[in-house]
Amino acid sequence: MNIIALIKQVPDTETKVRITSDKKNIETNDIKWVINPYDEFAIEEALKTKERLKEGTVTVVTVGPDRTVEALRTAVAMGADNAVHVKTEGTLDTYLVSRALAEVCKKENGQIIFTGKQAIDDDQAATFGYVAELLNYPSATVIVKCDISADKTKATLEQEGDSGAKNIIETSLPAVVGVNKGINTPRYASLPGIMKAKKKEIKTYSLADLGLGSEGCKTVDSDYQLPPERAAGKKITGDASTQAKELVRLLREESKVI
Amino acid sequence: MLNFSLSDDQIALRDMVRKFVQQEIIPTAAKFDESGEFPREILNKAWEAGLMNIAVPEKFGGLGLGVLGDVIINEEMGAGCLGMTTSIAVNTLGLYPILLGGTEAQIEEFVVPFLSSPKLASFCLTEAGSGSDAGSLSTMAKEDGDFFILNGSKMWITNAGHADLFTVFCTTNKELRTKGIICLAVPANLPGISLGKHENKLGQRCSDTRSITFENVRVPKKNLIGKMGEGFKIAMRTLDRTRTPIAAGAVGAARAAMNYSKNYAKERKQFGQPIANFQAIQFMLADMAVKIETARLLCYNAAWLIDNGQDEQGGYFSALAKRHSADMAMEVATDAVQIYGGYGYTKEYPVEKIMRDVKLVQIYEGTSQIQRVVIARHLLKD
Repeated sequence: MNIIALIKQVPDTETKVRITSDKKNIETNDIKWVINPYDEFAIEEALKTKERLKEGTVTVVTVGPDRTVEALRTAVAMGADNAVHVKTEGTLDTYLVSRALAEVCKKENGQIIFTGKQAIDDDQAATFGYVAELLNYPSATVIVKCDISADKTKATLEQEGDSGAKNIIETSLPAVVGVNKGINTPRYASLPGIMKAKKKEIKTYSLADLGLGSEGCKTVDSDYQLPPERAAGKKITGDASTQAKELVRLLREESKVI
Repeated sequence: MLNFSLSDDQIALRDMVRKFVQQEIIPTAAKFDESGEFPREILNKAWEAGLMNIAVPEKFGGLGLGVLGDVIINEEMGAGCLGMTTSIAVNTLGLYPILLGGTEAQIEEFVVPFLSSPKLASFCLTEAGSGSDAGSLSTMAKEDGDFFILNGSKMWITNAGHADLFTVFCTTNKELRTKGIICLAVPANLPGISLGKHENKLGQRCSDTRSITFENVRVPKKNLIGKMGEGFKIAMRTLDRTRTPIAAGAVGAARAAMNYSKNYAKERKQFGQPIANFQAIQFMLADMAVKIETARLLCYNAAWLIDNGQDEQGGYFSALAKRHSADMAMEVATDAVQIYGGYGYTKEYPVEKIMRDVKLVQIYEGTSQIQRVVIARHLLKD
């Protein structure tokens, strides 16, 4: 079975975000890049699926500049069999990235395609849906459990709803599955894995190789803005009963929580 | 040609260990410190991640990473918990005698099984009456046909209560001093081995430390590592390789102490401003940085020398690295507690644990005084 994990390299969660002077991007010079944490769950689920089926090939795919090869190598160090890099420059929108991912899924004949339910940088939560739509495959997201049937034609998915509600979904394969935190605990890229990964050949395509040379983005980031600085806190003064009254009034009238 | 950059592999290794430490060690370190419980689960995870036994050569299925690999791993782990670092790293100490002195068949028999399951090895050199003067050890091995009959006791043996294999240094003739010492690979399940209680220590509290007693333990002669009388040399060559990683653990602990106290100094306000604005604090932080950076360079230098086959110079540098790293880490940790003031003296904050933990680095694997003896002997030898 061809199992695919679509991954994205994102700034580390502790990154202090700064915006470029033209406001069209964030400063990427000092950023430490990591695999999107939700995509780590996707890699782990792909590896677990292979282990449960006792057969199959796990292929990880990413789209981005040279630096994103590092994310692929980490995934290989975790245990992925193959890695595919769609090498691009500049900023691509979700549509074009998804076109590229979908083309690779076709080439690799992916039977089940895992990806994170969203990336923690732009939080669009869109890739799983775009890719599924472009491939005309069924899809489901916020998945916390995935079982493949013995004949590998179906998957039973557990979708997490609000306040502990669960939805059990049965889908035919191939399908695209957006995974949520809680589906598994990603393993570490082991030391022997790291040593092996550096020798691994990574398949590389350009957008033109995938027949997307003339495609443009449909959306453009035009004006990044940092969140407003948090206003200073309010100090309530006076004796205890005045303070209590004032606190109740503020909670009721200003923050409207009581 | 001088190059201070780590290779891509070494950077990947460092980042991977750093992540492991953040996720597995830092969140649990205080709990294990308090209870003194052995962190078996974390050792198993470290083994699974491939962080143990990295010195085993590639031809036996290991990584053959050498001393610099251990230095990188230990600095990162030392920044999380030195007790766990010691317990994780001691396999290397326990197995090096076999890797250095053993035959291929012995490596296959005793070391290779450590690659397929999370087994533990302990290094048994120190005795109640022989610490710094290791050559005066008195655990006896008496020849009896195809066996050595082992009698005696060892002290302060790390992981002894959980070990599958002991590498035991003992003597066939005490009058020969160091020339009478041999090294035996002793499986933990041989009859006649008994363990003392887990020592209740000041620091590194979760690493298992015990005495161990051998009473008429029959060890097959095929378990003799190296030749008769080579034991002391094997022990010293082993320590030349493990001393530097131990020093690197102290560098990591000091680095953590500096980072904690630096962040605290920026937050803690006195006299209407963060205490980081005061030169008294700034100078402490600056001195910490100097000490840590110089210690790391010594560690890298010592590791590089050994990994490049320059054993004698490497042994000398490992003594420089261990002396400086252990002593500077104690100073840095003490200053870190000072920056925290009263808060630093409580278990609510992480720096008092570092201070207790690093104290041991001035003592184990050769005290800071013994390192000075080694250094001075090297200086004065001609």
